[in-house]
Amino acid sequence: MVQRYDAVVVGAGGAGLMAALQLAGRGHVAVLSKLYPTRSHTGTAQGGIGAALGNHEEDHWEWHMFDTVKGSDYLADQDAVEILCREAIETVYDLEHWGLPFSRTPEGKIAQRPFGGHTREFGKAPVRRSCYAADRTGHMILQTCYQQCIKHDVHFYNEYHVLDLLIENGRCAGVVALCLATGEICTFHAKAVLFATGGCGKMYRVSSNAHSLTGDGMAVVYRRAIPLEDMEFFQFHPTGIYKMGILLSEAARGEGAILRNKLNERFMERYAPALLDLAPRDLTSRAIYREIREGRGIEGKNYVHLDMTHLGSEVLDKKLPDITEFVRTYMGIDPLTHPVPIQPTAHYAMGGIPTDVDGRVVIDEKNTPLPGLYAAGEVACVSVHGANRLGTNSLVDILVFGRRGGRHAVKFIQENDWVPLPAHADEPARALVSQVLKSTGKERAADIRDVLQDEMMDKASVFRDAKGLTAMRGKLRELRDRYRQVKSEDHGARYNTELLEVIELGGLLDVADVLVESALARQESRGGHYREDFPKRDDANWLKHTLAYQTPKGVELKFKPVTITKFQPMERKY
Amino acid sequence: MQVTLRIKRFNPEKDKEPWWGEYKFAAEPTDRLLDALNYVKWYLDGSLTYRRSCAHGICGSDAMQINGSNRLACKVLLMNLGQKITIEPLRGYRVIKDLLVDMDAFLAKYRSVRPYLVTHTPDPEKERLQSPADREKFDDTTKCILCGACTSGCPSFWADGEYVGPAAIVNAHRFLFDSRDEGGEDRMQVLNTLDGVWRCRTIFNCVEACPREINVTRAIGEVKKALLYRKI
Ligand SMILES: Cc1cc2nc3c(=O)[nH]c(=O)nc-3n(C[C@H](O)[C@H](O)[C@H](O)COP(=O)(O)OP(=O)(O)OC[C@H]3O[C@@H](n4cnc5c(N)ncnc54)[C@H](O)[C@@H]3O)c2cc1C
Ligand code: FES
Repeated sequence: MVQRYDAVVVGAGGAGLMAALQLAGRGHVAVLSKLYPTRSHTGTAQGGIGAALGNHEEDHWEWHMFDTVKGSDYLADQDAVEILCREAIETVYDLEHWGLPFSRTPEGKIAQRPFGGHTREFGKAPVRRSCYAADRTGHMILQTCYQQCIKHDVHFYNEYHVLDLLIENGRCAGVVALCLATGEICTFHAKAVLFATGGCGKMYRVSSNAHSLTGDGMAVVYRRAIPLEDMEFFQFHPTGIYKMGILLSEAARGEGAILRNKLNERFMERYAPALLDLAPRDLTSRAIYREIREGRGIEGKNYVHLDMTHLGSEVLDKKLPDITEFVRTYMGIDPLTHPVPIQPTAHYAMGGIPTDVDGRVVIDEKNTPLPGLYAAGEVACVSVHGANRLGTNSLVDILVFGRRGGRHAVKFIQENDWVPLPAHADEPARALVSQVLKSTGKERAADIRDVLQDEMMDKASVFRDAKGLTAMRGKLRELRDRYRQVKSEDHGARYNTELLEVIELGGLLDVADVLVESALARQESRGGHYREDFPKRDDANWLKHTLAYQTPKGVELKFKPVTITKFQPMERKY
Repeated sequence: MQVTLRIKRFNPEKDKEPWWGEYKFAAEPTDRLLDALNYVKWYLDGSLTYRRSCAHGICGSDAMQINGSNRLACKVLLMNLGQKITIEPLRGYRVIKDLLVDMDAFLAKYRSVRPYLVTHTPDPEKERLQSPADREKFDDTTKCILCGACTSGCPSFWADGEYVGPAAIVNAHRFLFDSRDEGGEDRMQVLNTLDGVWRCRTIFNCVEACPREINVTRAIGEVKKALLYRKI
């Protein structure tokens, strides 16, 4: 079945919905999402969205920009960061006008709280920049954006899983998707396609990410000769619930929670004397790993404590109600009286599909766009986060660049015609599906995924070195061989979620491959990428973005320069 | 601990009737029921079908009947369920496959109450002001994750499938009591019908079922009062 649209948005999290809202009413538009929109992972974001509103104290977008650039370990493109921080402000006001129920200051303005790495006067002290709705900011953003889509009658294909991207004569021609309800393979012929499929955190064992975050969009475009940028930079959030990885937002530390080791020391005093527990995530996660390695984990185990016992029930129940409940439900302890066992949890992909500041996907070192193809949100790399993202900046990113991508796509569909569909457009997607359904192999997808997640945790997470990464390269080769023998037990057409999990695993393996090759090549330490064998940042050789291409010989790497405008690279201390 | 999951299975593609699958295995008492379902799917029977995503009670994907009560599988731990656990799909919705039900009608009712802010006055340059006290009035109903547990547990809904249901009313409440909203009249009309709020018999099942601990019955009561007195 072939359907024709001016534009197709893939993904209905914050980025996809924001893009769809620009396109709504300005063309024939469809949104394809493997989840019902309100189930998207944006809904789990807790702590807030950063914007220099200055509702409590003086603040400026330039300060926000400096923090973001410094937080990125100077790898972010500064032209893009400037747009991010300037447009954050109007974006937050737009959300409020759409009805987002922000928490309020006594005067009735949007309430703001401190967050890791956000400072005033270029690093002097923490500033209240994170606009929040209790610790449910993502839920409110996702609900509000979806409500606007209802209002503007956006057309959704829910529970459609995109399998392939169509390119003809160097231009985007559409996508191919699997309808979960029927098992049908559908071709969507479109002038413009915008990918907003989110992250890939499920390649790690301990992760804050939903089961559905399997890097689908990244894998789909990568297989179509489009590079992935800066994939070696993966963020581990310092405070995940021990073993489960469920996130306890930085908002907790923004409200005063403290990290402690088994000696009850506030150990961040040693690592970040100025910002303490509100240091950026890369630094804080490494500090926790160090404490554990040096024998100061609680009871000698792999965790430390997040101490909220001094915050009182007013703060916990009013400002942090959800994470308080998570601790009660999943750990069976009360954070009012007991410190909470935490460990760093795989959280966020700084890298992704390379785009320019209008969301256009760019495919080489010279930033040449692929006409009609767009990406925004966690799946994309603009790059505003560089080597390490600051908390609250992803929600800004998905909305600011989702909107810019959507707006540019509006222009594109008005000025361009459809390119013809490639011959046998849906053949590769059909082959992918029938290969899984007809497989006679003996390998269980879950066993392969288990090895992937454990080994990635061990060899490609917070601390890395050549030895571990090389071993991981070998492991991945082995896992890909096993994956060719993957079996399936459900051969039905309707809601074959086993089939989906197998396909998702295939994507994760590809994306992990890119991450490991990029990490192995980058012989320096920067932001979230820490090489024990190269512990220093090396601007002379490595102040550049990685571009990874799929070739028959494996991953091929190229590099492109970083855009520096206002802030020259300096040593990064907090 | 050893657990036995008794799961009501039904795949209309091949089954004439629902049947019970029993799965016995070792699990940690601190595992979520969702972890146990995943265990079955990943290692015992790949065809078991259900929805899930976030795994910590936020996305609203995995509401089902667990030992007879509507709950999210990701928000209950095995140690609180006993060794033999009975799992069935939500009641009142068409079963598509195993624990996965058709939520389209449920979601359509949600959309029918105009769940978006309506304003007629032009947007100010900055935010619309709202006092913390006014914000508090609808705080509870902003928490809804559209999991469907409340509506599925409602006897009035079992009796009359056209009833708009608690979840939709909760979402209407969220806007009716928002001091910034100016769309009250239209929304009230949707609710002030035979299949609107008046079908509610105050049975409280919804309050029990809500995994977000929304006081659904109170919210419905406030909406009824607002309709009677035409003021919010
Ligand atoms: C627990 C947690 C807390 C966080 N807190 C914060 C915070 O406080 N502040 C902040 O700035 N950031 C936070 N983040 C990060 C931020 O929430 C995410 O990076 C961001 O929401 C991603 O949005 P997105 O729109 O790019 O993707 P998502 O919201 O993940 O949406 C992806 C969409 O793509 C669809 N999709 C995926 N694959 C396919 C496919 N193959 N076919 C069709 N559709 C597909 C899905 O259905 C979904 O609709 C947090 C993240 C987590 C995990
Ligand atoms: S999986 Fe998201 S609510 Fe249970």
